[in-house]
Amino acid sequence: MVSIKGLHKKFGKNQVLNGIDLSIGDGGIFAVLGPNGSGKTTLIKAILGMVVPNKGEIKVHGEDIRKNTDYRYKIDYLPQIANFPNNLKVKELIRMIKDLRGKAAHDERLIEVFKLQPFLNQKLGNLSGGTRQKVNILLTFMFDSPLIILDEPTTGLDPISLIRLKDLIQAEKAKGKTILITSHIMSFVEEVSDEIVFLLEGEIYFKGPIQELKTKTNQPDFEHAIASILTDNHA
Amino acid sequence: MKHILAFLLIFFTTSIGFAQLIEVCETCPISKIKQAIAQASNNDTIVVAKGNYKEYDIIVDKPLTILGKDYPVIDGELKGEIITIKSDNVTIDGLFLINVGMSYTEDFAAIRVKKSKNFVIQNVVLEKLFFGIYLEKSSYGKVFHNKIIGDAVQEYSSGNGIQLWHSNHIGIEQNHVQNVRDGIYLEFSDDCTIKNNFSAENLRYGLHFMFSNDDIYQDNTFENNGAGVAVMFSKNIKMYNNIFKENWGTASYGLLLKEINDAEIIGNTFEENTIGINTEGSNRVVYKNNDFIGNGWAIKVRGACYANQFIENNFLYNSFDIAYNSKVNDNVFNNNYWSNYTGYDLDKDGIGDVPYRPVKLFSYIVNRTPETIILLRSLFIDIIDFSEKVSPVFTPDNLLDNNPLTRRNTW
Amino acid sequence: MLKILKYSFYDLMRSRWSYVYFAFYLLLGILLLFLNNDLSKAVITLMNVIIVLVPLIGAIFGVMYYYNSKEFTELLLAQPLKRSSIFLGQYLGVALSLSVSLIIGLGIPFVFYGLFKSNAIWDFSLLLITGTFLTLIFTALAFNIALSNENKIKGFGYAILLWLFLAIIYDGLFLMTLIMFEDYPLDKLSLVGTMLNPIDLSRTLILLKLDISALLGYTGAIFKQFFGTNFGLIVSFTTLIVWVILPVLRIVFKSKKKDF
Repeated sequence: MVSIKGLHKKFGKNQVLNGIDLSIGDGGIFAVLGPNGSGKTTLIKAILGMVVPNKGEIKVHGEDIRKNTDYRYKIDYLPQIANFPNNLKVKELIRMIKDLRGKAAHDERLIEVFKLQPFLNQKLGNLSGGTRQKVNILLTFMFDSPLIILDEPTTGLDPISLIRLKDLIQAEKAKGKTILITSHIMSFVEEVSDEIVFLLEGEIYFKGPIQELKTKTNQPDFEHAIASILTDNHA
Repeated sequence: MKHILAFLLIFFTTSIGFAQLIEVCETCPISKIKQAIAQASNNDTIVVAKGNYKEYDIIVDKPLTILGKDYPVIDGELKGEIITIKSDNVTIDGLFLINVGMSYTEDFAAIRVKKSKNFVIQNVVLEKLFFGIYLEKSSYGKVFHNKIIGDAVQEYSSGNGIQLWHSNHIGIEQNHVQNVRDGIYLEFSDDCTIKNNFSAENLRYGLHFMFSNDDIYQDNTFENNGAGVAVMFSKNIKMYNNIFKENWGTASYGLLLKEINDAEIIGNTFEENTIGINTEGSNRVVYKNNDFIGNGWAIKVRGACYANQFIENNFLYNSFDIAYNSKVNDNVFNNNYWSNYTGYDLDKDGIGDVPYRPVKLFSYIVNRTPETIILLRSLFIDIIDFSEKVSPVFTPDNLLDNNPLTRRNTW
Repeated sequence: MLKILKYSFYDLMRSRWSYVYFAFYLLLGILLLFLNNDLSKAVITLMNVIIVLVPLIGAIFGVMYYYNSKEFTELLLAQPLKRSSIFLGQYLGVALSLSVSLIIGLGIPFVFYGLFKSNAIWDFSLLLITGTFLTLIFTALAFNIALSNENKIKGFGYAILLWLFLAIIYDGLFLMTLIMFEDYPLDKLSLVGTMLNPIDLSRTLILLKLDISALLGYTGAIFKQFFGTNFGLIVSFTTLIVWVILPVLRIVFKSKKKDF
């Protein structure tokens, strides 16, 4: 699905990605983890083409992403910070994104799931953070793309919505889609992900199932496994 | 019909002066004008029928009327002067004169009047000329309703449309002069009236005065000449209700005044000239009720102009209203309307409460470095103009219109 | 790109600022015409205002829109859209909505005043064309500034500096240069100096209409050719178009290289 070779990215003097080689197969949920500033978001943005790499190659579905923007039709992306043009109404935003992507979408069902009907005629600027995140999720999941990228999807969600989100993710997985997630909530990651990619200082420190990580670090649970990586490397 | 007319003419002329009528035509016994003049006696009328007469150096040395019917063409074949009048009481009417000789040593004219009085030159059409109508030491004559169309290209090889030299009490009215050197030129000529003429596209001036006093010109239109009117070294000239238009170019003026005293410039319109009035060494001139519209400079004052009055004029949308090249001002500006005025009138008496300062710093700068004109209307220029307005350094600080009007003058 | 243009345009047309801008011009037009009762004078005053204000508003508004719509941009970037279409669409959205406000805001009072019966219509049209060009140019410059500066405050600062420089300081330096080298033939220099500043260029275009009598008073042959014939008009318009194209190309170029 996604294959990355020798990816380097520098912001000024700051080397954020330092030779990433990664290949993600078809189907399954992958979590990209790492401490703050380890390059998670940069990696995701590089896949999306929002960050231009200094070096390296990214292929999605076997196509080099530099050549064409059309591969993004096959990606649904949930950005980390859900900010939208404040003058637009929720309804208009949904219509606009549908218009831009020009694909059949199941927005109606998602509006139902997240109970967004009362907000449809409100301007985005007037919505609370949580509601906005729901709109954000709706915009992401309303298309049927084979690759879904979620950057901190749990931010600001109430418990019920969180459960719905998890259901949604599982449902998409069941359809055989590939899902890429970054999150700080370890329990969430542990619960949903099949495999994790652990980034540390711009390099891949670990890639594999959670179980493998636990054995590698000799820790009984996931959170401690992560913590031990961090303390080991900073000691 | 022809006979009745001829009869009537004979009847009238004979009854008044016992004069005879002599007919000239190409097939008549008398087929040359010269021949007719030789045969004519005083006060006779020579009627020239339509046709083409190749003659030059026609000398009219007795009081005669030469009357063209349907504009007979008299072709000078570029050999010299066509008609020379050397007698009083001569009338030339309705001729078409063409191909005057050109010379660098002699001023050949289509019609020259020499030391004569009481002449009338009217309804004459002149083309391909050197000088048109040349009045020399003559007086009490009339130049009326003539059409002079030259093809002048170079100043040194062309002559003037109507030229007066030492000639007094001449009336020049309703003439149309174009494409010559000076449309109308007066030198040492006093007490002349120039009225209702149209002078355009002339190389040098539409109308030109030199050392001529007590003349009046009014209701004329001067368009697109090298310069509209030049008045030089003359006194008591009255200039009323003329139109000076589109005289564009480097040394181009609507009106050029040089060493002029006691003139009156009233009711004229200066429109879209590079410089409306350029005045130099002129004193006690009254400028009143003139419209200055869309000129580059409405009035340029260059040195030594004293006791002039600029009152009740309209200055509308000129790039510059007044330009001075010195810091001294002895002239009065009062009750003018300035479209560039930005003051207010709180007491609503029609007079702005803040004086208007018509000379801008920028006009001083442009005077020094002409290329800076390209910065006209720039915000930076507005700022420096403003600071100069607040405290004048380069421009005369007493040059003010203390009573600028808030509405256009009407008269 | 047209879709982005459409959404940006609608978004802006609904924002308060467009109304403020529109209302400002409407008011200006009404004040000038109905307090003054003199169309020619109004056109001249308007010219002064347009030359100074339109670039300022274009620059500030461009920068402001860019920073304010950053999230919108990021949302769009994740969609299957070309970067150049996103930024050109946004740019055109801003520039066109500003131009529309200008043209309609000034147009309404002038039309009511009876512009179509007046011979000032050409001067007025020229004014609106130049105003539109200035909007296009300065919005493009603003987008360039914003694309190169992540820091909002810095971006605003540069935009205002740019305006200050081109509207005032440039002319000051220009004037000083001309006076310093007054012993040399300057007509080429002065024309080139004008071409290098879009505000001066627009001003010259208007001078060609309003002050042709004064401009023809100068001797230089190049000047004469420039101002005396249609040559000046053609060159000025061509250069204005170049002034639009260059910053727009840089928007395309810069946006391709930029990380978000």
